[in-house]
Amino acid sequence: MAEDHPAHDEDYVIRVRNLVNAFGSQVIHDGVDLDVRRGEVIGIVGGSGTGKSVMLRTVVGLNRPVSGSIEVLGNDVLHMGDEERHSLETQWGVLFQDGALFSSLTVAQNIEVPLKEDLRLPQRLMAEIAACKIGMVGLPPEAADKFPAQLSGGMRKRAGLARALALDPQILFLDEPTAGLDPIAAAAFDQLIKDLQASLGLTVFLVTHDLDSLFAICDRVAVLVDKKIRVGTLEEHLRDNHPWIHSYFHGPRGRAAQAAETHAY
Amino acid sequence: MVAAATILASEEDGAMVLRAEGEWLVVSAAELDRRLRHLDLPRAGQVRVDLSGVDRLDSTGAWLLLRTEHELAELGNRVELANLQPRFAPLLEQVRSRGVTEPLPHPVPVHHTLVGFLERIGRITVLLAQRVYHILGFSGLVTVTILRLLRQPRRLRLIATLVQMERVGLDAMPIVGLLSFLIGVVMAYQGADQLRRFGAEIYTVNLVGVATLRELGVLLSAIIIAGRSGSAFTAEIGTMQVNEEIDALRTLGLDPVEVLVLPRLIGLGLTLPLLVFYADFMGVLGGALMSWAVLDINFPNFLTQLQGAVTTTTLFVGVIKAPFFASIIALVGCFEGLNVTRSAESVGRLTTQSVVESIFFVIVTDAAFSIVFSLLKV
Repeated sequence: MAEDHPAHDEDYVIRVRNLVNAFGSQVIHDGVDLDVRRGEVIGIVGGSGTGKSVMLRTVVGLNRPVSGSIEVLGNDVLHMGDEERHSLETQWGVLFQDGALFSSLTVAQNIEVPLKEDLRLPQRLMAEIAACKIGMVGLPPEAADKFPAQLSGGMRKRAGLARALALDPQILFLDEPTAGLDPIAAAAFDQLIKDLQASLGLTVFLVTHDLDSLFAICDRVAVLVDKKIRVGTLEEHLRDNHPWIHSYFHGPRGRAAQAAETHAY
Repeated sequence: MVAAATILASEEDGAMVLRAEGEWLVVSAAELDRRLRHLDLPRAGQVRVDLSGVDRLDSTGAWLLLRTEHELAELGNRVELANLQPRFAPLLEQVRSRGVTEPLPHPVPVHHTLVGFLERIGRITVLLAQRVYHILGFSGLVTVTILRLLRQPRRLRLIATLVQMERVGLDAMPIVGLLSFLIGVVMAYQGADQLRRFGAEIYTVNLVGVATLRELGVLLSAIIIAGRSGSAFTAEIGTMQVNEEIDALRTLGLDPVEVLVLPRLIGLGLTLPLLVFYADFMGVLGGALMSWAVLDINFPNFLTQLQGAVTTTTLFVGVIKAPFFASIIALVGCFEGLNVTRSAESVGRLTTQSVVESIFFVIVTDAAFSIVFSLLKV
């Protein structure tokens, strides 16, 4: 958020140290360090196959790394008991690529899943909370009783976001939220993330390919190159002369996104 | 549950004051909801909601505040939300601008009523009739493709057909053989037990021989293959449908029926009769073993008795059904596979449906054969 915090320990919500990920003999990450500050939007970019999604999956504990340490909100993700893990899981929300909604449940029921699991809320209150979240992510109220198969891709992502926000998490993990959306829907989604982030004080961990999203909403960007990570603000990356980073940010698409962002102000 | 959040009502200068305190988070929502619902809300008065004591607020808490504000306003009160900590203002605004919508009422689902129940039966009946109609249409399409193939035999995908024969026939031999053998054993045991009472235990051989050759061998093989290969046909073709591979075939000028359906149909049509013969053999073998074990009928005696009981006609009456069953399984399997829409969930649903339908049609056809054979006095 707007205030500038001094960089002491509790301001980091995610700390990754010396992370090594490998599938068989293929090394994906070789000693990656990453710090995410409270209340910032960090974008994770990189070429195809550089392990952006693997990074996300590792941080939320879906993928076990070869070595390294991961701390989320002060909890050691790799060595924690079931109870700690469960309480940590209520403090983050994850939006998978295509929403990952449960196909046998309606949108409202999908949003009620985490509420049902953790809290004993009366059915009426759950329906009210679901309706509230549906409104917050910009879906029409009628979407509540629809099944995921009846929704468009953009609406499925919004519904997935509503489910991720059900417990008002502190950290929101987004895996390519704008992939497969048309430019207008993608821009609207970026704006939505920005609004929610500002009003809910979320920390957002955003894996993306979309340069427009990077320029529009990210405070800092982490670039996965050469099995390592380079973290910095956009200005720093624009000055970086690593060949991949240079061609990424200074390629035709990078320039267009940059121009769009400059014109917006 | 810890009551970390509260709402207190009091009177000040003729106006109602609601004091919200503590952590207004989703974890305390149940408690807050209960308290808010028990508040005695005034009508047409002045209400001040003092939020100075709210330490933490999330969107659920914000929504509960706004719901209360809304309900008070509905009762004609003038409501004021006061002393909110500035850091929560954007959140409250966000929820107010986007989130305050009453959940839509859930009507009683139609199928819970009697009319709904009858309507459901009607709908299912119509759907079933449509299904049969479509499957017949599909068989027509496949027949036309086969006729075209007869004119240009080179278009037959020989390798694909052989691969299918291996997968549906050769690979199924262990399971079909074992199950037929066991059924032979079970039948001989039951038969021996009952027939012994009449001193007619030697007729166990006739029972095993006739039942296996005429009915059980072919029915058992067809049901195993429907579960094993019919489902595989639907799943394979269905997955291709999900990946748009079928559409890709069409745009490349290839006919999916010719490329995908015919190799499966022909492969299964050629191998199922062979499998049935093998199943018959294994079933009789199981029967022979059991007769020897419980009835002391040794193998030469078993064969002599069997020779009197069955003829080649008995064998053919069973085997002749195999190509028909094979066509049903292959056609239903492929038809359902092509029916898959572009969702992974429909692959699973239609695979189940394909197995149920093929087994259903196989047994119905078997019954029809029995009627025909009894009229022909075979």
